[in-house]
Amino acid sequence: MRKIRTYQEVTHETGSGLLEQVVDQQRRLADRLARVQSVVAVASGKGGVGKSAVTANLAAALASRGLAVGAADADLNGPSLARMLGVSGARLADRQSGVAPAQSPSGVRVISMELLQEEEDAPLRWREPGMGGFIWQSTLETGVLREFLGDVEWGELDVLLVDVPPGTDKIGRLLELVPDLDQMLLVTTPSEAARFVVSKSVRMAREAAVGTIALVSNMAGHTCSECGHVSELFTGDGANRLEEESGVPVWAVIPFDPRLGAATDSGTPLVISDPEAHSSRAIFALADRVEEHVGIRAEDTTEDAVEEGGS
Amino acid sequence: MKFICLDCDDVMAFAERQIPGDGTLAAVFTCGSCGREMAMLTNPMETQLVSSMGVKIGGREVPAQPMELARTSLEGGREGAFALSEDIPLASGETAIPDESADAGEVATGRVVWTAEAAGRLERVPSFVRGMVKRIYTDWAREKGVSEITPDVMDRARTELGLEGM
Repeated sequence: MRKIRTYQEVTHETGSGLLEQVVDQQRRLADRLARVQSVVAVASGKGGVGKSAVTANLAAALASRGLAVGAADADLNGPSLARMLGVSGARLADRQSGVAPAQSPSGVRVISMELLQEEEDAPLRWREPGMGGFIWQSTLETGVLREFLGDVEWGELDVLLVDVPPGTDKIGRLLELVPDLDQMLLVTTPSEAARFVVSKSVRMAREAAVGTIALVSNMAGHTCSECGHVSELFTGDGANRLEEESGVPVWAVIPFDPRLGAATDSGTPLVISDPEAHSSRAIFALADRVEEHVGIRAEDTTEDAVEEGGS
Repeated sequence: MKFICLDCDDVMAFAERQIPGDGTLAAVFTCGSCGREMAMLTNPMETQLVSSMGVKIGGREVPAQPMELARTSLEGGREGAFALSEDIPLASGETAIPDESADAGEVATGRVVWTAEAAGRLERVPSFVRGMVKRIYTDWAREKGVSEITPDVMDRARTELGLEGM
């Protein structure tokens, strides 16, 4: 049998230019993110735990303190950040150097697939071919996410929050694009089902050597607005168990508050409309922790605020 | 992806790309030693896989445009989602994010104007990709030393750059 040289043995390029283009894409992304102090993923692995609401409120909380904050909605198929941050229908300035993000009333720079789609109820669809989507769809959507991160004129940012859709594979996609991710906030609920799934995400984040990993326990009890009594929504103590098992700290415990959903539905995060609500205070406490780890926070306002927030 | 001429044990070099418009693609590679040619043909799914990476076999005629992949791939893009930066009025009290580089009209190599006919033709391009298309034509004209973009100039650019539908 004759010996055919392997791909690795053939060092001469073909002139098709593919590798150069991929390298150029990576360079553009790296150049853009070089102006961001900290890229923070808000992920879970589990769906329905409130990642987007946490992202929107955390972004607004950080921006309310004067930080330059961006929010990228990596959930291409179920985008919600634009609505939650009040920028639905915004036009995006089209420039040589990039696409300018929408600017929310709370001062957050936002990009979301929602801003690109004509019909509100249209599922995400790509142009032809109609068949074989399983072959190329993941590649395409990772490419679009790369554009959201690298082709948007974020400017100088203190924090860029990335709202990651459910599924540990989606976390993996982001990590391939941003291998030196600074922080990953893993949102869970007290339920065992959530703990089980989020534990996989913890492992993935650890294996990827993410700078800082923390848990956010969302929907952790419901506080009665009349009497202040706290009742549990889930049986279980998933976040604390996960903290014990993995050593990943719980940075925030956010009680369920129906106003949190109502506020984000209206485009005004609860931290803006009612900063004294229990949930808002917990999110401000989370913002404290995020700031601490960005290294941009004044030392004299750190510990007390974190303690008060109940994290 | 590399091709070797087995007779010469030489890497075949990319020579030509053809896009017939039916979703398929043909890329011709040539052996530098013996001159043998071969054509790689891809079906629509294979073509889409390559284009989903945001790359073009044989390289790009024009630099990658901001959010090009999203804009050229999305079905049902919102009319008016994108606007040239000078078209967007700022809300009262709103602070514009500064442009990070010179905009198309500010590049040093000279001003390019659009005739009414050419501008009218540009207006018929969906706004979702209009800014991108305008930049591509403007940059091409500037590179060629053309100071006025007419429909004829657009045709020449389209042919040279292989811009189907632009």
